[in-house]
Amino acid sequence: MATTILKTNNLSIKFGGVTAVDQVNIEARENELIGLIGPNGAGKTTLFNLLTGVYQPTDGEVSIYDGTHLKNVNHVPPHRRAQLGIARTFQNIRLFESRTVLENVLIAMTTQSKARTAQALFRTPGFYKETAKKRARALSLLQIFDMIAVADELASNLPYGQQRRLEIVRALATQPKILFLDEPAAGMNPQETQVLTDLIKQIQKTFKITIILIEHDMNLVMAVSERLYVLEYGKVLATGTPSDIQQNKAVIKAYLGEEG
Amino acid sequence: MDKAHIKYTLSWATLVLMIFVFIYVTTIFDVIGQYGMTTIVLIGINLIAAVGLNLVIGMSGQFSLGHAGFMAIGAYATALVSSAIPSIYGFIISLIVGIMVSGVIALAVGLPTLRLSGDYLAIATLGVAEIIRIIIINMKSTRGAAGIFGIPNFVNWQVVFGLSVVAIVFVVNFVRSTTGQAIIAVRDNEIAAESLGINTTKYKVIAFVLGAMLAAIAGGLRASFIQSVSPQDYTFMQSITILIIVVLGGIGSISGTVVTAIVLGILDVILQNFGSLRMVIYALVLIIVMIFRPKGLLGTSEFSLKKILFDSGGDHGNNNSKNQ
Repeated sequence: MATTILKTNNLSIKFGGVTAVDQVNIEARENELIGLIGPNGAGKTTLFNLLTGVYQPTDGEVSIYDGTHLKNVNHVPPHRRAQLGIARTFQNIRLFESRTVLENVLIAMTTQSKARTAQALFRTPGFYKETAKKRARALSLLQIFDMIAVADELASNLPYGQQRRLEIVRALATQPKILFLDEPAAGMNPQETQVLTDLIKQIQKTFKITIILIEHDMNLVMAVSERLYVLEYGKVLATGTPSDIQQNKAVIKAYLGEEG
Repeated sequence: MDKAHIKYTLSWATLVLMIFVFIYVTTIFDVIGQYGMTTIVLIGINLIAAVGLNLVIGMSGQFSLGHAGFMAIGAYATALVSSAIPSIYGFIISLIVGIMVSGVIALAVGLPTLRLSGDYLAIATLGVAEIIRIIIINMKSTRGAAGIFGIPNFVNWQVVFGLSVVAIVFVVNFVRSTTGQAIIAVRDNEIAAESLGINTTKYKVIAFVLGAMLAAIAGGLRASFIQSVSPQDYTFMQSITILIIVVLGGIGSISGTVVTAIVLGILDVILQNFGSLRMVIYALVLIIVMIFRPKGLLGTSEFSLKKILFDSGGDHGNNNSKNQ
């Protein structure tokens, strides 16, 4: 069996009297595609924020595989977690709007950069070499995602679907081991969602990374996920393959209410 | 470095040289006189301070009202050190001392305060500048409210011109560096930057420290040129003067800052003839600019020789001398 790359142990967070995430135990393995679903307010995005370090858990722990073993990262701030191989997109798009598409991708490579600031100030040959190398890598990523034509457009000028796509490309530029997608299909029409479905499958195949996906669009989730976690009121209600979940009585109840 | 880069760099160098020669010729034929020279020097000093403040406000998006405090540190460093060692070396050492002290204080202040944002940060930096001024007033070695006189002058327009060019090149290259781009990313979207592994506090502090260091250079040059310093020179109003240059030129636009520093400097001279109406007209000009160009004269755009010279195919002459 593939290595477990992310694991939570009784993870909980309370905001005042509300327990938004309650004793959650999930795990993700290498190159696995996991769907995270649940009704509105179930705590999905809060769970993402706990995993990426935006929130500190009230209780329990988050562990990430660091190459040899699972390591507790409870006290590791978001930017350090990103360096450990966690990347994410946001429910409401967060691009660097004053920058071009290419620059957005280049900024994501900041922590991998070998160019020293001093080199940039004096414009040494090393600076030009390093810049050219980074540029080439960013362009090849944009090439893969069919965005080369808009590389020099301002990010804010892109149409909605393309902005979502750029967010994913930018996250991939950090060379992550785990990619969190927070409602990537939100606000998309059926055609755009279809394109996104293919894109997510392609990413998993090409980059061999773990993808954890929050999504309300059931067609998309069921089409791409290998395994699903269903959250309700901050708790894991069910877990299993898409076909298991579709027949799970508790899940149907959570979404549709009880019969009679 | 490829050919296009060399060509591009050379054309900028040519432009700078042309402006230098232009000013030089006017001094030979005594067109602008002593008063004009003073104006040029003060414009250059404001320009260095404003470019530094634009790095903080425009690039990192942190609203600082404490620039005068860091200018004061540079000014007093020059006053004390170059009075003790009255030679050009003493002056250079004094500038370096000012830069270092200013940088260290900015670092100490920046680490806790840059966790604040917007209005809160503005108030905090305002407080820091006041604290620096009060300390200067109360210290024996800085001779309190009376200030220090008879500082040897090693500053002429050539020195200020040279340092202005260095400051501008430094900031422009810095903004284009990986670090500079990371700083802009933090400004555009802090949460996204963090999610990409960028340590947001670190980059905000870097911008703040560099801005403070540039302010210290400006303060040092001013102290040496005017040959005196007093705490009254570095009150809240001094911070506002520099802030006006940045806001009017366009927050985030270095060329805007350069243009505005020059335009306001010249405007100030012209308005000398209007006596008491001077400040009224000055204020009116500011209001009018803000009504018609709310994002500043140049907004966030930059003046680019590359576009003018190379994209449009060939030199059209008349190298737009307003952009130093």
